[in-house]
Amino acid sequence: MAATVQTVERTSEPPHLRVGERLRILVAHREILANLVRKELKVKYAASVLGAVWSLLNPLVYLAVFSFVAKVLGAGIPNYPVYLLSGLLAWNLFSASMGPGARAVLDNANLVKKVAFAREILPLSAVGVGLVDFALQSAVLLIYIVVSGYGLHLPELAVWPLAFVTLLVLTTALSLWFSALNVRYRDVGHLLNIALLVWFWATPIVYAEYQVQHLAAKNDVGGAGALAVYFLNPMVAVVAGFHRALYGTVRPIVGQDPVLFHESLGWVAGVVTITLVVSLIGLRLAWRYFFNRSGDFAEEL
Amino acid sequence: MSGPAIEVADVSKRFRVYRDKPTSLKQRVLSSRSRAEDFWALRDIALDVGEGSTFGLIGHNGSGKTTLLKCVAGILRPTSGTIRQRGRLAALLELGAGFHPELTGRENVYLNASFLGLSRKQTDAAFDDIVAFAELETFIDNEVKFYSSGMLVRLGFAVAVHVDPDVLLIDEVLAVGDEAFQAKCLDRIRAFQREGRTIVLVTHALDTVIEICDRAAMLHHGELHAIGMPSDVVREMRYVLLGVTDPNFVPEEGTREAEIAEVQIVRPNGSSEGAILRGDPLTIVIDVRQNEPLDTWTWTSRSWTGRRITRCSTRGHRAPVWIWGASTRSASGSGSRASLTSPASTG
Repeated sequence: MAATVQTVERTSEPPHLRVGERLRILVAHREILANLVRKELKVKYAASVLGAVWSLLNPLVYLAVFSFVAKVLGAGIPNYPVYLLSGLLAWNLFSASMGPGARAVLDNANLVKKVAFAREILPLSAVGVGLVDFALQSAVLLIYIVVSGYGLHLPELAVWPLAFVTLLVLTTALSLWFSALNVRYRDVGHLLNIALLVWFWATPIVYAEYQVQHLAAKNDVGGAGALAVYFLNPMVAVVAGFHRALYGTVRPIVGQDPVLFHESLGWVAGVVTITLVVSLIGLRLAWRYFFNRSGDFAEEL
Repeated sequence: MSGPAIEVADVSKRFRVYRDKPTSLKQRVLSSRSRAEDFWALRDIALDVGEGSTFGLIGHNGSGKTTLLKCVAGILRPTSGTIRQRGRLAALLELGAGFHPELTGRENVYLNASFLGLSRKQTDAAFDDIVAFAELETFIDNEVKFYSSGMLVRLGFAVAVHVDPDVLLIDEVLAVGDEAFQAKCLDRIRAFQREGRTIVLVTHALDTVIEICDRAAMLHHGELHAIGMPSDVVREMRYVLLGVTDPNFVPEEGTREAEIAEVQIVRPNGSSEGAILRGDPLTIVIDVRQNEPLDTWTWTSRSWTGRRITRCSTRGHRAPVWIWGASTRSASGSGSRASLTSPASTG
């Protein structure tokens, strides 16, 4: 028997969420997380010949289609595939984690009712699966950037880790929150589908960032204020960070309108940092909500 | 190494039973709230489970056994009261929890083992034992969807008995499977006992409780009805079961026109000494004293669970109904003697 015997006390009160202590428990349960992610990936590609290649096919097809479409339509964004994919991959991680993340507790009802483990692992495993796909797809994009001769912009690339961490924190926070909320109100799943559609177009993925900035400046609806409203969508800052890191050039063709927000690298890093701070606060709140509710999951399912 | 491994102090658990639970925002807004009724699954349960002891938890269906186990395991939160639990705990509420049909046996072993608290290293170490225990060496790398239900149960068992906790909660899961496998699992529980682990066992197999538990408790409609020596608690349980299943049973009433004078259990060789094993043929001789002359009489015997074993009647000159190979001999005037002889094949 272990030298130190830990004592657990269970009462009617939901225990106070102590982040450090809870993190240690999650680390202790990491085997479950790893196994669940492995399971999801295995099940996702079960009985398919190509397996994870399907995950790579998505960005490859996007690359092919949009290289073609951009040429035919002559969209105002040079190197459109790089612009599109650097934002789209971030969006894919966000939306592909949130859907399964919101259903994570519901879909694993039999586990929740029969096994005691840190419930956070369920939405976290959905984020984990999204991360694996994100890594594969990012590899495709990176290879394209290098092989096509577009090249990496080194000082800008420094924003990438910051934008990535922000994306991860934001996605985790929302997955935790939605998965707990979904147990009580099954509307959440449907609502999320619609919300994600609107959300996608409220984020500069397909269109150029500068267009929004330009419109905000032209209409006198508060000018810079309108842009600030746009940045209330945390994904705007995240995608702007990814754009700046990978697409790199604010004004690709001299004499034409810029593509990215017409601001300095420091400005972008600042906006992303603010979003990160807000997301961290959101994560703390979502985690507490999830933690308080998780004691009753087994009862409500 | 002393003191209780589990202390349950005045634990109550209330479930809200909604007739029409709002599960969407629309319903929440439209329907008037709080049409919930309270159902108390547990009321003021207080008990201790000593470290290294084996504790049996019995009760009829819906008495709150599983709810109590889930509260101890931390799956449910008590409505009031406190549960204190020392040491690493594993709860076997379901065999093969988290088994996924698309994964191979091997992958499912690792997944299931991680839920039961085994690290990857521990699972690696126990893996060969697990597979050998389940007798699935040839199929372990096949997907579980191709397994028969018996194979699934065996694999679930095998992982379950290889967990390495200080406190083990077992909910009825060891009662499935064939007899040979059950024997294997009971052996394993005895090994756990020798290793000084604390075990809480929920079961309907009352004989198992007497056989392997140090203490037992009986829950009845969410309340602690009896606690103490397993044999005493099981006897109480059987009385309650009898009361529940046979409402006509009146132990201490009647007009005493006839009384049971003596009951004797006799072996085929005529002796009435010594232990009787499960499955032994036996004869039960019942002497009935007639205090007043009776024209007709009916005589019925039932098992503890209320099942009728035999019934004989002289009413209407019907032939006695033989269910269990019973025979009656009427002794003139003063009484009668009935003897029940079990067929060799049944218990």
